[in-house]
Amino acid sequence: MEIAVVDYKGGNVQSVLFALERLGAQPILTADPDVLRRADKVLFPGEGEASSAMEALREAGLDKVLPTLTQPFLGICLGMQLLGLHSEENDTPLLGLLPFSVQRFAPDAAHKVPHMGWNNLLALQGPLFAGLTEADHVYFVHSYYAPVGAYTTAQASHPAPFSAAVQHGNFHGVQFHTEKSGAVGTRILANFLAL
Amino acid sequence: MVKKRLIPCLDVRDGRTVKGIQFEGLRDAGDPVALAARYAREGADELVFLDITATNQRRQPLTELVRDVARVLDIPFTVGGGISTVADVEALLLSGADKVSINSAALARPGFIADLSRRFGSQCVVVAVDARLVDGEWQVMTRAGTQATGRQAVDWCREAADLGAGELLLTSMSHDGTKSGFALELTRAVSNAVSVPVIASGGAGQPSDFTEVFQAGGADAALAASIFHFNETALPALKQYLHAAGIHVRL
Repeated sequence: MEIAVVDYKGGNVQSVLFALERLGAQPILTADPDVLRRADKVLFPGEGEASSAMEALREAGLDKVLPTLTQPFLGICLGMQLLGLHSEENDTPLLGLLPFSVQRFAPDAAHKVPHMGWNNLLALQGPLFAGLTEADHVYFVHSYYAPVGAYTTAQASHPAPFSAAVQHGNFHGVQFHTEKSGAVGTRILANFLAL
Repeated sequence: MVKKRLIPCLDVRDGRTVKGIQFEGLRDAGDPVALAARYAREGADELVFLDITATNQRRQPLTELVRDVARVLDIPFTVGGGISTVADVEALLLSGADKVSINSAALARPGFIADLSRRFGSQCVVVAVDARLVDGEWQVMTRAGTQATGRQAVDWCREAADLGAGELLLTSMSHDGTKSGFALELTRAVSNAVSVPVIASGGAGQPSDFTEVFQAGGADAALAASIFHFNETALPALKQYLHAAGIHVRL
């Protein structure tokens, strides 16, 4: 099985590569459209700021390639947010694969921003969450979020519910870091590889 | 609901984990890769790795060791010690660190916080603040706690958060390694002053210290070294204790 990890010079991809290796995979880090199209699975880890990530995708021509992929695709963290229509973060148009607009959390005394740490998943649906329950925790670190909608496949709350995971066809996204979420994250990654 | 985090800290010198008291009198605590794997297995919520000799010897952190630790670790991993350039941060992230902790360089050049935040995102910028109680005031220290800066801890924490720090690692040097409990008032003052998460560090000695720092101190996370390294308080038992005390932790 060929597993491609999108290399857009933005996020910290090493943790994702190590996590895939711990599952026995041999991921390829690439920005080559042909390699991405040919791969059995594509992972898109994102970190950092939305407008510079979109700019990096455009420079590599990936803003046109990623939406045309047909194999199972997993966007992680910012990689999930970029699947939406628009981000409040520096007023950035996104890839437009899913119908959500990314908003910023408003901090209050009990709820800090970034939403950083382990939170439990709610209202789990779909194959990525096979074998998991609402008692399971994953690691989040983000200041912006996608609201809950028809595309939401898992929720978390901070303090209101938001999309912890989304799906549209072959495009999956998780707001949390599968690669840093212990045994639960490993299970979700393994579920993705089994799609 | 986001849970309170417990974070073992590996102070590393020359490839070994060490631990001192108030930053001095170091003793050996073992192989960092083995300790990291053990803590992850036992339920640590995160791991911090500090190359404690780096700043004073102007040496790069040991990226090879970072890579070896990252390879076995499936929880978030912060690396600090001697980081002073964007290139340093890039090298650490490429080696598998998830966040970097900066301290002296941020004090010397506060704009460095903003540079890193813009380039890598605030989520990976932890600003470490070493504070010492001097004549009733919490003073910020630099260069591994060896020099005073004349800054007040709460003011500097607020400034660091405004510049783009995603998290603050607040160490009371006056409590470090003493096992007399965390600096509760300092932690509470900083936590009230900023909207980013605060990791309390320095002074953990017994389970009730953690209850206090989460409740009275308002900390989002607590970092400790000695009590974990020397098997005085095991992580699973500590988490059960906190859960029973009504603190929301990941079990």
